[in-house]
Amino acid sequence: MFTPHTPQEIEEMLKVIGVNSIEDLFVQVPEKHRFPELNLPEPLSEIELASYLKEISSANASTEDFISFLGAGAYNHYIPAAVDMILRRGEFYTAYTPYQPEISQGTLQATFEFQSLMTELTGMDVSNASHYDGATTAAEAANLAYYFFRGKRKKVIVSRAVNPQYRETIRTYLQGFDDVVVTGDEETSKAGYELQDLISLIDRDTSIVLIQYPDFFGRVIDYANLVEKAHSVGALIAFVFNPTSLGLLKPPGAFGADIAVGEGQPLGIPLSFGGPYLGIFTIKDRLVRKLAGRLVGETIDQDGKRAFVLTLTAREQHIRRERSTSNICTNQGLMALAATIYLSLIGKEGFKQVANLCYQKAHYAAKRISMLKGFELAFIDTPFFHEFVVKTPQPVSQINLRLQNHWILGGYDLSQAYPEMENHMLIAVTEKLSKHDIDDFIAALEEVTGD
Amino acid sequence: MENPKELKYTKTDEWVKLEGDLAIVGITNYAQEQLSDIVYVEFMAEEGDSVSKGDAVATVESVKAAADVQFPVSGTIAAVNEELVDAPETLNTDPYDTGWMMKLKFDDPAELEDLLDAQAYDAYNEEREG
Repeated sequence: MFTPHTPQEIEEMLKVIGVNSIEDLFVQVPEKHRFPELNLPEPLSEIELASYLKEISSANASTEDFISFLGAGAYNHYIPAAVDMILRRGEFYTAYTPYQPEISQGTLQATFEFQSLMTELTGMDVSNASHYDGATTAAEAANLAYYFFRGKRKKVIVSRAVNPQYRETIRTYLQGFDDVVVTGDEETSKAGYELQDLISLIDRDTSIVLIQYPDFFGRVIDYANLVEKAHSVGALIAFVFNPTSLGLLKPPGAFGADIAVGEGQPLGIPLSFGGPYLGIFTIKDRLVRKLAGRLVGETIDQDGKRAFVLTLTAREQHIRRERSTSNICTNQGLMALAATIYLSLIGKEGFKQVANLCYQKAHYAAKRISMLKGFELAFIDTPFFHEFVVKTPQPVSQINLRLQNHWILGGYDLSQAYPEMENHMLIAVTEKLSKHDIDDFIAALEEVTGD
Repeated sequence: MENPKELKYTKTDEWVKLEGDLAIVGITNYAQEQLSDIVYVEFMAEEGDSVSKGDAVATVESVKAAADVQFPVSGTIAAVNEELVDAPETLNTDPYDTGWMMKLKFDDPAELEDLLDAQAYDAYNEEREG
């Protein structure tokens, strides 16, 4: 066992603070909870333990075993092998930007490249060095807007087509602000939501409007009118984007977004049962003083050579304490590095190709499914990217259970988060799926819903 | 830089100039020296806002720290020196004149009785420096 203190040192420390034993430090804890008896199994040898853990993990199935049509915020893309090779180099292998940062020029340069790539991708001016995941970036966007208006604007508008988990996270973050109201995503009887209804909520008390792009249902909606209305009353607009889609779509910056945030997992980060993921946070220049998290800038050293530094740190939590915009801005340095390597490897054209393949394959799948008996596209008039909603002839949970016998993971059961969407399945198709996989899925769907 | 005799001072390192029912506030030479290069000024209140004694009405940010600025008296903000937003370094070079930060129309002059004069503020600084 590793013990950093010798018995003499412990003795000295106890004497200084005036207690007799370490046990005395815990007298405030009720006695029966103080030293609970742990019912642990006998220790195992390394060989036994490895074999036991393997046994447990083999009970899991993953997208290595199944053909997956599940998306809803996490997407099964191809990751070039070189991503992991570079990522795991000892020089890089830490999740943090170092606290004595300037000595780690390589890490800072990688972070700087990440920031540059993110601004290029989104058409925004500034990117920070990342947050935990997409959900926390959406919440941080609302948080930033609160501080930007010094708490004077009380209304946060969130579209019902923003990822339900993100909306929950936004509410969790904002619950400490007594007078802030989150609205716009109330339950409706109709599937989807009306853009016009959302626009009509925007007023001078609105700090920020959060919309998703493509939205949670995969739809690509023209938000120009919404952006115009928000800006006409001085409110901020945040786009929650899917990075892959920006290989094809007009970037949030070109729409006039003030903030563009999103989940970076599709950029070379494995599904890994839900994490670690990567929160992308980008803004327009005028918000830079409210930006949480770390920021790497380029400068020149005393010999005139290119160098990288942490910049704008005076607004960071270790200096600003309770006055900082956020005290939860730990970055995902390693995941940001993965995204940087991924984008560098596939390049600009490769990135467009990935987006185009996703789009084409998803549209092929949608067309085939809509021809199946009892199936129907839910939003027939709205363009979509690589995800779409189908109405199913039977409950989605039932279909998905049966699909498992065909080694297929079906789409997301929308009724879990949207009571108005019983028998609605959200299907994601990425470049990783072949035509053969999609055809298998169609055949299986037909079989499991047949008489 | 000497602390002007005609001004009043707080123990939180603001100077205060009284003109009729107006109080003008800025940061002292001691404050700007402690902060070093000031890179950003943010006003948390604007003209017409009523503020209480001790409320943070502005934040001054340097390359190594951020500090709040407050009024030693309650009242209504009458003016904000917006020029500091584009030229925050003025607080380093000319804290007592063009570096003024905000003006406030105060409610109760009695609140101003606790302020230090230049001599007392000098003594307070010497005491802090040990």
